Amino acid sequence: MEKMNVQKAAANWKFFMAFVRKEFHHIFRDKTSMLILLVMPILMLVLFGYALNTEVKNSKIAVYDPSRDEITRAMVEKLQINNYFILKKVLNSASEAEKAFQSGEVSMVIVFSDHFYENLSHGGYAQIQLLADGSDPNTASIITTYATTILSSYQMELMKTGKIPYQITPEIKLLYNPSMVAAYNFVPGVMGMILLLICAMMTSVSITKEKERGTMEVLLVSPMKPLYVILSKAVPYFFLSLVNLATILLIAHFIMHVPIAGSLFWLIVISLVYIFVCLTLGLLISTIVDTQMAALLISAIGLMMPVMLMSGMMFPIENMPVYIRWIAEIIPARWYIEAIRKLMIMGLGFSAVIKEFAILTGMGVVLIVISLRKFKIRLE
Amino acid sequence: MILKYLVEKEFKQLFRNPIIPKFIFAFPFFMLLILPMAANFEVKDLDLCVVDSNHSPYSERLVQQVTASGYFHLSKVADTYQEALASINSRQSDILLMIPPNFEQDLIREQEAKVMILPNAVNGVKGGLGSAYLANIVSDFNRDIRAELLPAGQTPKLSGIEVTRIFKFNPKLKYKYFMVPAIMVMLLAMITGFLPAFNIVAEKEAGTIEQLNVTPASKFNLIVAKLTPFWVIGFVVLNICFVVAWLFYSMLPVGSVLTIYLFALVFVLAFSGLGLVISNYASTVQQAVFIIFFCIITFIFMSGMYTPVDNMPIWAQYISDISPLKYFIQVMRLVYLKGSATAELVQPMLALLGFALVFNSWAVLSYRKNN
Repeated sequence: MEKMNVQKAAANWKFFMAFVRKEFHHIFRDKTSMLILLVMPILMLVLFGYALNTEVKNSKIAVYDPSRDEITRAMVEKLQINNYFILKKVLNSASEAEKAFQSGEVSMVIVFSDHFYENLSHGGYAQIQLLADGSDPNTASIITTYATTILSSYQMELMKTGKIPYQITPEIKLLYNPSMVAAYNFVPGVMGMILLLICAMMTSVSITKEKERGTMEVLLVSPMKPLYVILSKAVPYFFLSLVNLATILLIAHFIMHVPIAGSLFWLIVISLVYIFVCLTLGLLISTIVDTQMAALLISAIGLMMPVMLMSGMMFPIENMPVYIRWIAEIIPARWYIEAIRKLMIMGLGFSAVIKEFAILTGMGVVLIVISLRKFKIRLE
Repeated sequence: MILKYLVEKEFKQLFRNPIIPKFIFAFPFFMLLILPMAANFEVKDLDLCVVDSNHSPYSERLVQQVTASGYFHLSKVADTYQEALASINSRQSDILLMIPPNFEQDLIREQEAKVMILPNAVNGVKGGLGSAYLANIVSDFNRDIRAELLPAGQTPKLSGIEVTRIFKFNPKLKYKYFMVPAIMVMLLAMITGFLPAFNIVAEKEAGTIEQLNVTPASKFNLIVAKLTPFWVIGFVVLNICFVVAWLFYSMLPVGSVLTIYLFALVFVLAFSGLGLVISNYASTVQQAVFIIFFCIITFIFMSGMYTPVDNMPIWAQYISDISPLKYFIQVMRLVYLKGSATAELVQPMLALLGFALVFNSWAVLSYRKNN
């Protein structure tokens, strides 16, 4: 009896390996797809890691300066020193501001009051109006803060004789990302997004393709259990994803200088779990729908937008309304990105990511169980 | 004449597909309903941890003013820096406000005091905006205090520059007004990019492309016939977006709807042309989707939809120039929020026309009737 079981297991293993080999052949024969799959993540990581930058620089401004005295001129000079602002236009009247905004040329207009220096030195009072283009709310609030800070430090400089009385200076020190390197912000997010989308897209076509071509029948009549048929589909993609993970981590660390402050071991472990979750998500999609087109519509378009916008990659999840947050909680990328931020950038240990780890593992189990169920139904 | 039949065939093929018609209606509707609520950079209710080592009336007033501002939620009052840092690490707090032990004494005697603001900058937006808000509140507080402490008429020379800020077009800085027009473009790009990319390659896989190739129709006619349905689809998608924006976000374009239609027409032409080019080259649906996916996601990220193009490194700004989305998103925001007129939009129009011309001629040229 024992011997029979062993023999059976050995036979199963042989079948399984044969299936895995078959899947590998499928992939390696389509050289174009394979090339795309290996190169695309690298390009995306480098492009988006550098391009996504919340540090506001080179904002274009216009100035309306009716008095044109030494102080107003010096102020405009000061604003341009640190590359925060570029003077694009000098306006001849305050009403031209509207036009400058509508053409999209500038994001802020600085309006000095009449007889600026005169009023300031005699009456002790002068006005500066910062008109910002609120259609980009963040940039607007950041550049007005910058401008206010620059203007008031110039004012301090101006008053060499004395300091401003009762001054409270806020000192800002950024924790964990001291130089506000943008790559830090977005690399974990981009990693989470790339892995999820590519893994899900890869596997979602794998079963539907067989369905469309009619070769599914052949697989179904084989002596393999459904679980193994499904898993054999995932194995080659798992290896491909490992290659992707390795290149992504190497590029992130050595080229984009993202630190790996925490444990590399747990970083890899949690990434493996995540890749598994993403692959099974793709498998689930492919067991539900019948055509490649439907599978790809769901995995490429359907997943792209939620993952981009609701995973916490860009937009903080705490800001979302409660019911949107529920949706966000079931996106695997949300948990992975959180864990990666803790492990890579904040340098926390495994104990800090136990929750994320448990949730991702749970998702993997649930997804594989559901796809198995769905798959079985098709057998009957 | 043959064109008419070809177009008819394309429409029939499209609408007999079990998924696509539903997808065209449901996808933009739900996405535009949900995404702007998720895509929110408005930093509100930041969790604040306060370390008040001074415990004076002034420091308490400052803390109170910060919590009353509506931007911060006091999540922890810590005694030491270590304790506060632990609350940042556990994500209980996003930002630290530290008031040093001799805050009041420094302020009154030295007339100069400091507070420390320490945001968790792992999320750069939250860190940056949070500390900007907090610094603003501190300076408001400072102004009040100064007015109280300083005897009237004793304002020192040159100190009276008043800086006011006014936010045009979106006075309350609602983030959704920024995102809704951009999400519309993104939806339009996805639908009119992905569907054409499937189109020819699907006929290749199904083998029906041969039937098309033996018809007397010219390559030009074949491509035009393939493109026509996507104009119609783009138009439908755009109108669904308008209605959702109006019903759920009370947003109507400040500028002219006709301007948007005009731009959408050229944009869809350009984008579906790109889809067809990819579809001409790919030999399987899978390849076509991977390539269009890569194009669209790159166009989206390089378009300035999330972070302004001006913030990017110079080389990335050049790449952003080849994203058709950049131009259309610019135009949508200008027209929807600021009411810019067509005359101010000549440059993006020329760019989009350029894309349309290049992609479509490429599509016609790369289409092979004989294998």
